[in-house]
This record gives sequence, C-alpha cells and structure tokens, in this order.
Amino acid sequence: MGKKLQAAVPAEKKIGNLIAVVLIAALYVLLYLLDNVLPVNSTTTMLIPVLQKGAIYALVCVSMNLLNGFTGLFSLGQAGFMLIGAYSYAIFAIPAEQHEAVYQYFEGGAIQFSIPQVLGNVLGESGGAFLGAIICLMIGGVVAAVFAALIGIPVLRLKSDYLAIATLGFAEIIRALFMWNGLGRITNGSNLLRKYTSFANMRFQVGGTVIKLDTIFPFLIAMLGILTIVLLVNSSYGRAFKSIRDDEIAAEAMGINLFKHKMLSFVISSFFAGVGGALLAMFQTTVQANFFRSTMTYEILLIVVIGGIGSISGSCIGAFLYIACSEWWLRFLDSGALPIPFVGGEIPVPFFRDGFRKVVLSVVIMVIVLFFSRGIMGDKELSFSGLIRKIRGKKEAKAAAQAAAGEEDAQ
Amino acid sequence: MSERQNVLHVENATMQFGGVVAVNNLSLEVNEGEIVALIGPNGAGKTTAFNVITGVYQPTNGRVSFMGKPMICNHPRGKMAKSYKGENGELYLHEHTLAPTPDHITKLGIARTFQNIRLWKSMTVYDNVITAKHMRAKQNVFSATFRTNRKEELRMREETEALLREQDLWQYRDDLATSLPYGLQRRLEIARALGTSPKLLLLDEPAAGMNPQETLELAEFIHQVREKYKLTIFLIEHHMDLVMNISDRIYVLDFGSLIAQGLPSEIQSNQHVIDAYLGVVEDE
Repeated sequence: MGKKLQAAVPAEKKIGNLIAVVLIAALYVLLYLLDNVLPVNSTTTMLIPVLQKGAIYALVCVSMNLLNGFTGLFSLGQAGFMLIGAYSYAIFAIPAEQHEAVYQYFEGGAIQFSIPQVLGNVLGESGGAFLGAIICLMIGGVVAAVFAALIGIPVLRLKSDYLAIATLGFAEIIRALFMWNGLGRITNGSNLLRKYTSFANMRFQVGGTVIKLDTIFPFLIAMLGILTIVLLVNSSYGRAFKSIRDDEIAAEAMGINLFKHKMLSFVISSFFAGVGGALLAMFQTTVQANFFRSTMTYEILLIVVIGGIGSISGSCIGAFLYIACSEWWLRFLDSGALPIPFVGGEIPVPFFRDGFRKVVLSVVIMVIVLFFSRGIMGDKELSFSGLIRKIRGKKEAKAAAQAAAGEEDAQ
Repeated sequence: MSERQNVLHVENATMQFGGVVAVNNLSLEVNEGEIVALIGPNGAGKTTAFNVITGVYQPTNGRVSFMGKPMICNHPRGKMAKSYKGENGELYLHEHTLAPTPDHITKLGIARTFQNIRLWKSMTVYDNVITAKHMRAKQNVFSATFRTNRKEELRMREETEALLREQDLWQYRDDLATSLPYGLQRRLEIARALGTSPKLLLLDEPAAGMNPQETLELAEFIHQVREKYKLTIFLIEHHMDLVMNISDRIYVLDFGSLIAQGLPSEIQSNQHVIDAYLGVVEDE
C-alpha cells in the first residue's frame, strides 16, 4: 500500500517540492547575510523593514484568502481580529516593571506579570523573550479565534454582502470597545501599549557571538503560518471548503456540514489574522486600537484581489509588492522631487507633494482591477512541479516535432 | 414485494408555501432494490417532494422514514397551524419533530443529483468525486492538515480511483468538471453521488436535455448502477420511454397530489394519468 502511495506522488512534484524548500532556505540565508553583512545605508534601512512588514501582511492576506478565496465567505473583519491578536500579545508581553509607566492613567493595569519575564527567570533573558514571544503570539491567535467562534455563531448564518457588513461592523465595535476607558485597566483605553517584547529582543548570546534573530523572526512565523494554511487548503478539508465556495447546495447534499466547515474556516483564518496582528504589534513596537481601522481591512482585501482570489502565492507576491510600493518605492511622490537613480541629486517636481503617492497608487490599483481583474495569479499557484511539467511538455513537443520533421525528410 | 425491506417511506407529506400547497398528503414507499419513478406534469411538485425527502425543505406536515426509522417528522405549527390547507394536520401532532439538515440525511445514506447539474465548477473531476468522500472519512482538521490521516486519505484516493474507472471517467480526472460534455457531466454527478456510499439514490430528471440515443444509454447505465452498488433508486423523469423502460413501479403526481400508482403497464392505461398529461376533453 505504501508503495502505491509513493507511486501516486509524481516525480516532478517531489522535485518541485525539493526546489521550493531549497529556494526558501536560500532566501532565508540571503536575508540573514543581508542583515548581518550589508553596510548600513539608506537602502538597507528601508529594505529590511519593508520586507518584514511584507511578510506580516502576507500572512494576514493568506489568512483572508482562506476565508474569501477558498471558502467563499466574504468577510471584512480582518482588522478586528488583528487588533484582538495585537492587544492580547502586547498585554501579556509588557515587562512587569513597565506596567506603572504604560498604564499610567489606569493605576498600573490589572495584569501584573509578563510571560517573557516569567519564562526568562527559567531560561535566561533572551530564551525567555523568544519563547515568551511565541507563546504570546499563540495567545493572540487563540483569543482572536475564540472571538471568531463566538461571533461566528450568529454571523455565519448570513450570506455574501450581509456577512461582509456584519463582520465589518464587528471589527468597528471591537475597536471602539478596546478604546473604552471602562476596560482601561486591561486595554489601556485609547492610550498606546508599548515597551513589550519586540523583534529587537530576539538576540541570543552564545559564548562570545550574538545570534541575531530579530530580522528573521517575522519571516519564520509568517512562513510557518502560511505553510499550515497551504497544507490545510490541500487537505480533505480544503477540498470541502472549495466545494462550499463553488456550490453550497451541492456541498450540503454531498454530506458536508456547512456550518461546521464555515466555522472552521472562519476560526482558522481569524487565528492567523490574530497572529499577524501580534506580529504587526511587535514590528511597530507600539500598538493602539485606532490603528486597526477598516482601511486596513480594505488594504488587505486589495492585496488579496491584486494577488488573485484563491491563490496563496498571489497573496504573498501581492503583499510584498503592495507594501514596497506604499512604504518605499512610491515615497518620492510625497517628497516634492524626483530622485535620479544611481547618479544622485533630485529634480524638483511641483505636484509631487504630500498625498500624491496615494493618487498614483489608486491609479495603479484601478489599472490592475480593470485590466487584470483576476489578479496577478488568478486562482493558479506558483509551483515548481507545474513549471517542470511545462518545460518537459515543451521538450516533448519539440522532440515530437523534430521526429515528425525527420520522418518527412526521410520521405 | 412485501418481504423486501422498506427503504423509503413517505407518509402524508404536505409542503405548503404561504397559501400554496405544493405537495399535498403524499404517501409513497420505495423498497430495497427497486427502481421507482415519480412522474407528473410540469409544476406538479415532484422536485419539491425530493427536496422534502433530502431535507432542503422541512415539510409542513408528515413523516419520512428511512430504513424503517423516522427521519423527518413535522406538523403544522405557529401561523401555519391556522392557515394549513392540507389534510391529516393532526396526525403527527404528538410526535417528536425531526428536521435534519441535508448533510445529515446524506450521511444516513441518501444521495441525490440535481435537475440543473450542480457540479463544483472550479474543481477537477477527481476532486469532485473525492470531496464526496470527505463526509465519511475518519479525520479531523488537525490530522488532515498535518497529514497524520495518511491511511484515510489513501483509502479515499483508492476508492475514488476505483469509482472513476468504473464510470469510465478516469481519463478525464484532471479536467475541470464543467469542461466535460453534457452527458458526461450527468454521469459525473451520479458518480459523485455514489461517492457518498448511499443506500438510496435520488435522481432528479437524469435524462433532461439528452437525445434519444443518450437516453437509451442512460437506462442501461441506471440498471448497471443498481446491480453494481446494490442500490435502490428513486427518480423523477419526464421521458416516458425511459420511465416505462426502467421503473419497477411508478407514482404520478398532479397539482401536488398523488393521482395514480402502480406498474408501468397500469399507469400507461390509467385514465387519470392520461387526463393529467393531455387534458380532459370537456363535453358540451
């Protein structure tokens, strides 16, 4: 039986997976080298944060794609779940002695311990920070998932636009709730949460050398999250999700429990949105509820649409492109001058002023939506096995053509 | 006939939408191994009857039993209690209301196809069939995601392959379901329904849109399916040739009510049925 299964997995798929693993590993090594070897200049100071934020957004976008693209549930609650994740993370990761300062208007807050510190007492400071951060990320995800499960009971009975409205409303309510002073001893009201464990704490002292994980940390977590979603989508449950997307009535008639599967998808998507939100909190080093507005959900939705609804690789590519454009490549549009590449210097352009970047970005998005309405990837995935198959197919076609030509010549 | 086990038993089923009685006091039986047809003019309530049996609609009144056990049961309640126009409204007043969802009914062993083909459009032929196996697989979301359900997955794949080969669909396995020609889409839908390992198969107009040649092949195919999978088949159909050719028994529905039942030969000569289909000649 085991033999048969091995035979069922085609050789190109194995090779494709191997190439993918090697390539990802190579990318990580490259990133590590970039971070440690490259001299600090204006490009590197921009590059690393943009890539980090891109990775975080990739995770959140893939989680939204699981819901919108694979299960066909049009939900706009992503920012709300990110907020829950970010706050759950931050609240448990603020060092005990900093509570007085952070919760200065709320008598030092209700929670007086910090998970990284508690673990730090056992594992040492850096070990505690690393493991504690991961546990707090998990807490962020789990709390978001619990909220999703609760809100899902009424909301998942709704369909299409109504579901979108309800989830959008939920996200706004959550934001207002977290800013409410009545909960201030936990959420710090509308004030910032800060001084919690962030990427900068991810450094290990081994002997004399320092292992810097601060750059690579979000990439690791995002990759694990995306990998889990990929595995889920390609499993039996993923097929059930897609069948619900394609035809609910047929799915139900084929024995798929609609509510259970929609709930699963919603909860899992929210879990990863929560983790993504917590990563974003780590990235920014401060977090405030007002930051997670519905605009953020639209941004994520936009990336999903640009990348291709129902394509995980599309969402990842879209996330990096969008973040790079909005944070870096189109920044000069706000600066009032056009920089000349490689030579240096600037040409002043009068209409390059604050906000012009958003105008250009909107035009770019309109062009994409008008001319590439299925996104960059459509619902296809970037796969090396597919590429190998294509190349092989072309080779075979060429060989066949040559053989045919040869026969003709012979005649 | 009586020694055969009773598979489906519909008793006094009434389905009323607002003031319209779509199905009125319908009672019918389908026994093990039979092919039973439900016929009737357009709008007679055949598909509504199917939707009641498969749990898409909850009947206003009546009971449906499957393999001798009550599966669906309801009586007029609330507003409907006052506006109920059907018969036998008091029959199930003191019985437990049973209203399983369609997926639950499929799990009990009733699979169906649809009048207008409802395949999963963006999925391949193979995925369409293997997804029907999802319901019966012993797995949960964690074991499926982290691939600790290898045995179950392998079993699903083997069964799907066997089913597709039996139905001559194996060569189309990587094609999109909707790219198949119409006749094959019908067959794929039946294959998908078979994928849920049913005991009773409900076919809603399987020959709709087929030419006479294809209809003949379909009759042969339905017979084969019954023999091969030891199924009981209950179908709605318009093609009289097909119905008369394959059914063991026929029920005739008109304006929601049963007007005749019996062997094909009996139905052919039944005056009520002829009247329902051709209209009554009114004497001056």
